[in-house]
Amino acid sequence: MNMAPLVDGSLVVLILAVAIWTIAVRDSFAAVVGYAIYGLMLALAWVRLAAIDAALTEAAIGGGLTGVLLIRAAVRLRPTESVVAGDSPAWFVKALAAVLAGAVSLALAVVVLTLPEPAPTLAPQVAEHIASTGLGNAVTAVLLAFRATDTLLEAVVLVFALIAVWSLAPDRFWGGRPGQHYHLEANGMLAYLARLLPPLGIVVAIYVFWVGADLPGGKFQAGTLLAAMWLLAIMAGLTDVPEVRLVWVRIALVTGSAVFLIIGFAGVPFAGAFLAYPEGYAKPLILIIEAASMLSIAVTLALLVLGPPERRGQS
Amino acid sequence: MSALATLIPETTTAGGFLLVLALVLPLAGVFAALILGGCNARRVAMLTIPLGLALAVAIGVELVQTGQTVIYLLGGWAPPLGIALRADGLSAAMLLTTTVVLLGVALFARDDFETPENLREARAPFMFWTLLMAVWGALNAVFLAGDLFTLYVALELLTFAGVPLVSLEGHSETLRAALRYLLFALLGSVLYMLGAVLLYGAYGTLDIAILAERVRPGMLCFAAVALMTVGLLAKTALFPLHLWLPPAHAGAPAAASAVLSALVVKGSWFLVVRLWFDVMPGVVTFSAAQLLGGLGSAAIVVGSVVALRQERLKLLVAYSTMAQIGYLFLMFPLAFDVSGNGPVHGFALAGGLLQVISHATAKAGMFMAAGLIYAALGHDRIADLAGVARTMPITVLAFALAGLALMGVVPSGAYLAKKLLLDAADGSGQWWWTIVLQGGAVFTAGYVVLVLASVLRRRSEPLLLVSRVSRLSELVALALSAGSLLLALAALGPVPGEFVSSSFAPKEMGVLLVVFLGGSLLASGLSRRSLLGAAGANAGVMRRIAAGVGESFELADGVIRRWQFASISLLMLAILFGGALVWGAPPS
Repeated sequence: MNMAPLVDGSLVVLILAVAIWTIAVRDSFAAVVGYAIYGLMLALAWVRLAAIDAALTEAAIGGGLTGVLLIRAAVRLRPTESVVAGDSPAWFVKALAAVLAGAVSLALAVVVLTLPEPAPTLAPQVAEHIASTGLGNAVTAVLLAFRATDTLLEAVVLVFALIAVWSLAPDRFWGGRPGQHYHLEANGMLAYLARLLPPLGIVVAIYVFWVGADLPGGKFQAGTLLAAMWLLAIMAGLTDVPEVRLVWVRIALVTGSAVFLIIGFAGVPFAGAFLAYPEGYAKPLILIIEAASMLSIAVTLALLVLGPPERRGQS
Repeated sequence: MSALATLIPETTTAGGFLLVLALVLPLAGVFAALILGGCNARRVAMLTIPLGLALAVAIGVELVQTGQTVIYLLGGWAPPLGIALRADGLSAAMLLTTTVVLLGVALFARDDFETPENLREARAPFMFWTLLMAVWGALNAVFLAGDLFTLYVALELLTFAGVPLVSLEGHSETLRAALRYLLFALLGSVLYMLGAVLLYGAYGTLDIAILAERVRPGMLCFAAVALMTVGLLAKTALFPLHLWLPPAHAGAPAAASAVLSALVVKGSWFLVVRLWFDVMPGVVTFSAAQLLGGLGSAAIVVGSVVALRQERLKLLVAYSTMAQIGYLFLMFPLAFDVSGNGPVHGFALAGGLLQVISHATAKAGMFMAAGLIYAALGHDRIADLAGVARTMPITVLAFALAGLALMGVVPSGAYLAKKLLLDAADGSGQWWWTIVLQGGAVFTAGYVVLVLASVLRRRSEPLLLVSRVSRLSELVALALSAGSLLLALAALGPVPGEFVSSSFAPKEMGVLLVVFLGGSLLASGLSRRSLLGAAGANAGVMRRIAAGVGESFELADGVIRRWQFASISLLMLAILFGGALVWGAPPS
């Protein structure tokens, strides 16, 4: 009884169908919904490929957070929708684009089929050296030990992206609160959920972060969950977004990277290299970095979704 | 696998830690600016950039003294498992150029981006100083990273730091330009990433040095090179993928334009150089390099002609950047031999590097001068610039020197670069690039003459200035331009002396005269207004034909810069590069 080919086959067909629908549909809100579903489907594909870490990240970021971000953008773009819809390219432009895109895809497909089997992999080397990190999850070992610099720089990318979003604020609102003000509907469904879910979400997030050392999970997925819980409370009107000028907001943004850097530099005298961990202390140090990064990621992602300052803070 | 990895015994070299500091310092600056707040952001930048200059010099000294690539193994893990930072001559030169230009920009913008006294933080100053350090950190990461994925992250950093600089002034026009830039840059990133993934799938490593040992010409490598090259070209804004550049570079504040034009586009150019000459020297082909050079030539012609048609100074300078980017790609074909056995370098690489340095300094100076004129007059309509030379002599001198430097007048860096490239063209038997190299200077002379003719005109009534510009800013612009003009003297150390002749040698004077005359002819023919004012109005048939040519170039540029056209060009180029690689590959 082998269902695997059937499951995989239908998954592939579904992913392709959702992808085509996302591109073809005219309404941007519908396209965004399609894209979020596409992200969740991809997460399923990662599960089938036994890449649970990638699946968790794809579901949290690709399906969840990017979905929220895009939906908010699509709602804002509603009034301009009809103007843009009128600006459709001529049929021969579309045809040419389709032919070229098809040719490139075909070439890529051929190339992918020529990839060596089995694929060359660094997995044996990771397995060989993972003991020295004290971690059980190879993905975490790659992200926080072997290729720690990439992870550090990626955290910086998030901060840069937030700075870029903030740069769009009108001058008069600089330093104020991002996004609109949400009114609390005390007996509404959203307020109810916003009271019920966050305690659960926070516990799950901490669990995901903690097991990340040895099992699939980690700071990125946990940080996304925390961000979602915070956003829920904000959108239900239970709490307001902090003003972006506040020092604690700024500190929260950079804590993860700063802790990463400090431990990285401490590695120079104590472990012989920048971002190296002293023998036996690797796991606790990595957990400290992950905890700090989780908080920074949560704050950064939530603020990214909320957008540039749009209201004056009371100063 | 591990047996292969040991083929390249790599350890951290003596000065390796300098690379870590160069990577981290700008990022630490960004964090400090975030926490200390807007009014201190400038102070942080003013403190870290000179420190960074000292670091860049130290890395250069280390490199020259040891004569070896400076390497740092991050976390002590050797590639392919870990990642390494590496600085060779190319990276060291770029690091140094970047910090020098950034220092100039910081001094230039000192007063423009000052937080008002009554505020703790204002948007534009906070953003400017933070983004300046962000761009710097991103570029350092691009120059030092030795791993295709680290480089991808570095490119993303560069995009997110560069895009908001475009829309710093917050007008809807500049927001649109910034958005175009963002979308096209992200498209480029995706293509680059796709190529990197293919390479990892085939060779199991992302490390540049190890990859260089393992790659073999074949469908997979051709596809990867084609995708990555085209993605990077979109980020560099090489013709015909330049849709975002003119509005973005012309719409940003002068200091930001200087950074974007002098430095940011060079980041992705640098990666093309790395990819072609360090990772894939055995894969890239003569015909693909010809294609790259062809696009460069088209950029020179279209960019220059459209620059001549501009009515606003900043747009003229932006189009000149588009043309100069074309120049940077002429080194690719010239690094090959006609016999087609992969790149042989010769003087072409040195020439290209010198060109990038001289363009970075001259273009920064030129954008600064244009910005100062705009600030003083409240407009930058080229036709109404009469009398500017009299009121702002230093600024005009800065513009003129930058123009001369770009034209390649002795002893500018561009002159030496041109000389090296001409030599490479001779040596490799590719005479056709000689025409482009010489013709490019004439085009450059065209738009420089156009501007100078306008600013040097007398004015009957006194010129009304809307604001006084800072003397320091004027001097910084002058220093950068003059530096570019004297670059060949500084570069004389590593280059044989017979390459530079005296500026007053009869041969050089002759060439200069031809370039200027040709430029003036182009300017008077192609520009919107006649160069000589009313006298040229009835110049007749020739002028009308020339105007028609200019107009058709402008129309063509307008079409090419439409989204639909640019996206189709992107796909088409990917296919063309793939084809040129497959077709030109030596029979295996």
